[in-house]
Amino acid sequence: MNIHEYQAKQLLKEYGAPVARGVAITSLDQAESAVADLPGPVRVVKSQIHAGGRGKGTFKELGPDAKGGVRVSFSAEEALANIREMFGKTLVTQQTGPAGKQVNRLYIEDGADIERELYLSILVDRETGKVSFVASTEGGMDIEAVAAETPDKIHTIGITASTGVTDADAERIADAFELSGDTREQGKTLFKSLYQAFVEKDMSLLEINPLIVTKAGDVQVLDAKVSFDGNALFRHPDIMELRDKTEEDAKEIEASEYDLAYIALDGDIGCMVNGAGLAMATMDIIKLYGASPANFLDVGGGATTEKVTAAFKIITSDPNVKGILVNIFGGIMRCDVIAEGVVQAVKDVGLEVPLVVRLEGTKVEEGKAIINDSGLNVIAADDLDDAAQKIVKAVKG
Amino acid sequence: MSILIDKNTKIIVQGLTGKTGSFHTEQALAYHGTQMVAGTHPKKGGTEWSGADGQSLPIYASVAEAKDATGATASVIYVPPAGAAAAIEEAIDAGIELITCITEGVPVLDMVRVKEKLEGSSSRLIGPNCPGLMTPDECKIGIMPGAIFKKGSVGVLSRSGTLTYEAVYQTSNAGLGQSSAVGIGGDPVKGTEFIDILELFLADDETESIIMIGEIGGSAEEEAAQFLKDEAKKGRKKPVVGFIAGLTAPPGRTMGHAGAVISGGKGGAEDKIEAMKSAGIRVSPSPAKLGETLLDLLG
Repeated sequence: MNIHEYQAKQLLKEYGAPVARGVAITSLDQAESAVADLPGPVRVVKSQIHAGGRGKGTFKELGPDAKGGVRVSFSAEEALANIREMFGKTLVTQQTGPAGKQVNRLYIEDGADIERELYLSILVDRETGKVSFVASTEGGMDIEAVAAETPDKIHTIGITASTGVTDADAERIADAFELSGDTREQGKTLFKSLYQAFVEKDMSLLEINPLIVTKAGDVQVLDAKVSFDGNALFRHPDIMELRDKTEEDAKEIEASEYDLAYIALDGDIGCMVNGAGLAMATMDIIKLYGASPANFLDVGGGATTEKVTAAFKIITSDPNVKGILVNIFGGIMRCDVIAEGVVQAVKDVGLEVPLVVRLEGTKVEEGKAIINDSGLNVIAADDLDDAAQKIVKAVKG
Repeated sequence: MSILIDKNTKIIVQGLTGKTGSFHTEQALAYHGTQMVAGTHPKKGGTEWSGADGQSLPIYASVAEAKDATGATASVIYVPPAGAAAAIEEAIDAGIELITCITEGVPVLDMVRVKEKLEGSSSRLIGPNCPGLMTPDECKIGIMPGAIFKKGSVGVLSRSGTLTYEAVYQTSNAGLGQSSAVGIGGDPVKGTEFIDILELFLADDETESIIMIGEIGGSAEEEAAQFLKDEAKKGRKKPVVGFIAGLTAPPGRTMGHAGAVISGGKGGAEDKIEAMKSAGIRVSPSPAKLGETLLDLLG
């Protein structure tokens, strides 16, 4: 789960991280008081959407000469003018895709005197199984480009879980940033606070790009991107409250309420599969036979009839879907449960497109019997290959 | 021979009293007499578990107690995500040699802690978020459907549960059968990687060929390919068929498994397929042609 920059900064501030003063607004009525709350004269108006590249982004509704999604303003009037121009518009960045994202929240922040821009992130390094700091002196830039062009400028420091960030770790991170004097001491304190926030809140990514050193020699978090481990949200009700559903696909939200892994794609064959690997492989084989999947959907291991029914409804609510492939290889998942769910869903919402069902594994005979006895117009498939060919043929004619 | 488990393996079930644990323990007991010997529950020690088919197992309050009483060397974990890491740690502390965690949705930072503990221990962990492992006609740990297995010569390993079943089903239909099958799980931080199992399959006399199924995300497949390349130079080589799921997955989206995401230009399917090919692995073009591709490779 992702949160907005202003929420991330608020959270990090609670852990003692130095962030600039700022005010978030969710409606234009709040603009004047937000601007007045900050001393100025320099204020930065920042679009709050769940995507990077905001500064270089463009607003769909504004002309090509209009400024991007992050604007430095040198007076209260300029800040207000920027707020009015940006609010409610659609920002298109490298990461949003061509459709862009509507800016429903803005964050107005004190300007900063920047001396140096650094890159810092904390993540779980899957190769070592450790929480690691990634540090680079090349902040404010696309870190993937830095990694590709000058890999020696990227330092990775793994942290031992049982000790947390030791003094020696903090020194190594400070070395990577080439910090000295009081700035170095501030940095070392900050690294430990950020690690504490990462671990206590079950983050999956904490990225500060840039982390700045001001002209006065102070470190400050200038931008912050935080993602949380969805599997750990059950123990963080405070974080769950920060979720902004307007940033997510409506069908994906509905799916998540039923604990289904669903991702909308742009093809025309709806898929319902158990297991993420088989779900991906099903998408791949549909493509192999010349059609495109409309979605990724993993009903998971512990699916109930109710959950399967919900999954089926989500798939059929996509107007692009011209055929449905149900592919189940039951292990923990029982074929009879899937079959009952499919039958129930068809009874509830009807079936206007071809449906191919392939069942195999645990309780397969019971599952096949339920489908056969239902009298539904279902195309049965013997195996994965047969299933893929049948659904592609049914859709393409 | 087989790898990791055989008919003599005695297994403790952590989380036996839940619905999932019960169902799959009944299935395991019914599978060629897999030696499920006890269950554990902190508050139900001294009681007895009864399966739907009239089977029964003693429940102990802790893994250590169950191990002392039964001589078990393996455990399988069906406890919910919030308690899964603690269950693994309990099994490590009790000196269980082979721990298999089926549980899906374990917080990744819990696994970071567990991984550190594993490194200083004598335990091996399979999973979490995995289907378990099987040696046909001998022993079933986890949730794989027993009926699709056939005793034979192919070593199957996979990050994905249901794709493990595909590989098993197809090699059974092809008449080859399996020596053992291991699902290592789809999470980014896990107990056992491809390389660990490949090493065992290369060393196992009964395993004459291998099917390895990877997916997008991370670089474990590339490392495994490099490992096979290096071993081949030392003269240790078996025919291997590979498959990578997620060729059509869009970057930046996590495909169900917490570990299945293409990020920062890394972890894409093409790179993995290339790495496999360069290591002499025959890559199956379709998830439905795993058995066929292997038969073709074996000639």
